[in-house]
Amino acid sequence: MPTKLVINCSTGERAEVEMTAEEVAQQEADASAFAEQEAAQQAELNATAAAKASAQAKLRALGLSDAEIEALVG
Amino acid sequence: MATHNLIQTVTVGAGGAASVEFTSIPQTYTDLLILYSLRGSQAQVYTQASLTFNASSTGYYWKMLQGTGTSIGNQAVTNGSSIGGFNGTGSSATANTFGNLRLYIPNYAGSQFKSCSINDVLETNASTTYMSLVAAVWTNTNAITTITITGANNWVQHSSASLYGIKNT
Repeated sequence: MPTKLVINCSTGERAEVEMTAEEVAQQEADASAFAEQEAAQQAELNATAAAKASAQAKLRALGLSDAEIEALVG
Repeated sequence: MATHNLIQTVTVGAGGAASVEFTSIPQTYTDLLILYSLRGSQAQVYTQASLTFNASSTGYYWKMLQGTGTSIGNQAVTNGSSIGGFNGTGSSATANTFGNLRLYIPNYAGSQFKSCSINDVLETNASTTYMSLVAAVWTNTNAITTITITGANNWVQHSSASLYGIKNT
């Protein structure tokens, strides 16, 4: 079981105690939620990059130079 | 003039600890400040962290803005079970580097909902690392007596936390 470092601010006493089952469940839920958020954020970034590449390819097909595309979309 | 009084400071020992918790926080200050230096064992540049007050797992609302050096991100959570969106350094970061975190809690002893802000900057010798700003509110009117920060994996040895009480003198 993971441990928790507890500091009593009134007495200065420090203790290393095992986390409760509820605390471990909370830790795991937080980690899972974070992983989901990271995946969603990465998917959004990937979609944006793909859309930009697609737009640049279409502009290139219309005859724009790379410098002109860069001036338009950065 | 506001003075900062060190209440307690703690350093994680050789075995590591998944969580660091300050309990029985004195109610004699107006604000609290905690400075963390954290490195966790999550196999990433970061180790995800979460924060709770008084061991409560309800009523947290927060918004995060984050930069990684290569991208930006944001996240908002309503009525969550903890405050997240911030990190310590992870095990993929340059060896022996620690993340710097600052947690500020105004009016922690009052009877209103409790707001706080967190900012963190991780350290690693690479182009991608994480820095985050989190604004949060805990929709609970109890005075804050316990503050717990938990990592997705253990906080490693030499991670530390210093709790300061702030008041006008």
